[in-house]
Amino acid sequence: MTLFEEIALIAGKDLRIEGRSKVALNQIAPFALLVIVLFGFALDADRVALQTFAPGLYWMTVLLASILAVHRSVAVEAGEGAREGLLLSGLRPASVYLGKVVALVAQLLIVAIVLLGGVLIFYSASISDPVLLVTSLLGAVLGVGAAGTLYGALLGSQRARETVLPILLLPVLAPVLIAATRAFGDAMGTTTSDGWQWTQLLYAFAAIYCAFGVLSHGVLMEEN
Amino acid sequence: MTIDSPGTNTESMAMSADTAGVAGVTRSRTTTILGAVVLAGAALWLFLAFGATDPDVRIVDGNEIGQFDAVRLMYVHVPAAITAYLAFFVTSVGSAMVLFKKSVWWDLVAGSSAEIGAVSAALALITGSIWGKPIWNTWWEWGDVRLLTTLVLFMMSLGYLAVRRLEGTAEERAKRSAIVGLLLIFNVILVNRSVEWWADSTIHQQSTIADAKIEDLKAFTLYYSILLGAAAYAWMLIHRFRLAWLERQYDRFGIDDAIVRRRAEGHTHSEGISS
Repeated sequence: MTLFEEIALIAGKDLRIEGRSKVALNQIAPFALLVIVLFGFALDADRVALQTFAPGLYWMTVLLASILAVHRSVAVEAGEGAREGLLLSGLRPASVYLGKVVALVAQLLIVAIVLLGGVLIFYSASISDPVLLVTSLLGAVLGVGAAGTLYGALLGSQRARETVLPILLLPVLAPVLIAATRAFGDAMGTTTSDGWQWTQLLYAFAAIYCAFGVLSHGVLMEEN
Repeated sequence: MTIDSPGTNTESMAMSADTAGVAGVTRSRTTTILGAVVLAGAALWLFLAFGATDPDVRIVDGNEIGQFDAVRLMYVHVPAAITAYLAFFVTSVGSAMVLFKKSVWWDLVAGSSAEIGAVSAALALITGSIWGKPIWNTWWEWGDVRLLTTLVLFMMSLGYLAVRRLEGTAEERAKRSAIVGLLLIFNVILVNRSVEWWADSTIHQQSTIADAKIEDLKAFTLYYSILLGAAAYAWMLIHRFRLAWLERQYDRFGIDDAIVRRRAEGHTHSEGISS
């Protein structure tokens, strides 16, 4: 099997599980929408404030939802000898990692698109540069997926995973939050920063983490 | 991964001759001398920082301006920050050595160093905040790149230390923490770059030494405090490393040893009854 076939196999497996369980669609996306609504309460439904801070609130919510998505991505490997099955399958660790990244990114995209609708409706945000918005969204979600899969695999089926993952992952994702917020600010017309420059940073982040994930996944797979 | 893997100088740093055989002691002649030097050095440092040096007062147009006594925080803040970055650098190097050389020695060094780094970073952040209140008129400045980078680094070090405490065999834990530890250095660079772009400009004090803005005794005290910080770091690192080494030995041999001793006890006891 080529690398791409292996990646498609792993990603297809995770997405099939999602297709049947619908955890991202029925649990994580509604949670993210709920957070958006709660931010509205917290900011006293100040229309101007919500519109101004829509990019930041949006990305903060995506990060919170991504924690849940990473847990889910790890959890499908945790039970019923799934990990041993993966090891015995003889697939390359790199393709297992990239396959999990693709599946996580696809699920995060669902959440991100639902959430975008939420921000447009509840915060009356408007999109002035759709190309920049989509490009930066994809870059940011790739970065979150790459780093999330790496740190998720690192924690594996640890009992302490629920509490350790946020403290481990969120500081690492700080650059993504900053860059994606600025890029969205430009795309939504709330800031004057150069969104394309920030988008480059997002893709650089995603590339660095993909490289680390590919290199380290062999070590991590043996271990757990 | 074995303890006596070639190329790792395990025994000499773990137990030098004068502590060999004394269970639970992390002191050796080297650390006794180093500790005495650090403590004596700290006394001189206190005298220099709080007695001998003048507060920062300049007279411009008849008005007294400057940082006054707040400048003395520099002698804590700067060495703490430098020690923190040094310590995390050692953690990253140690983590790389664990991954490439499968060295237990470096795993323990990386973990020990990160603990000291976390405390130093916290100290740098706290003293910086206390200094910021009178000088910048705020406890926290969002426009400052070094401040934000150090804070995120501190948070990441807490994550690293949490990962070290996860369950698993020593080898599993070593590998897992090594990956997180190695990423520390790349994460710091990423955070630093992104925050720098984000904040546009920094209000952090530019290096006062390079521009020779501060006079001789103050400059000397600053250099001296940096050296003292490095020495204190080395002292604590050696002790913490040896403690980690003993903990590891205890994990490996502690249970076997306890079983042997209980058997011996049982033996003595039964002898006592029969006689």
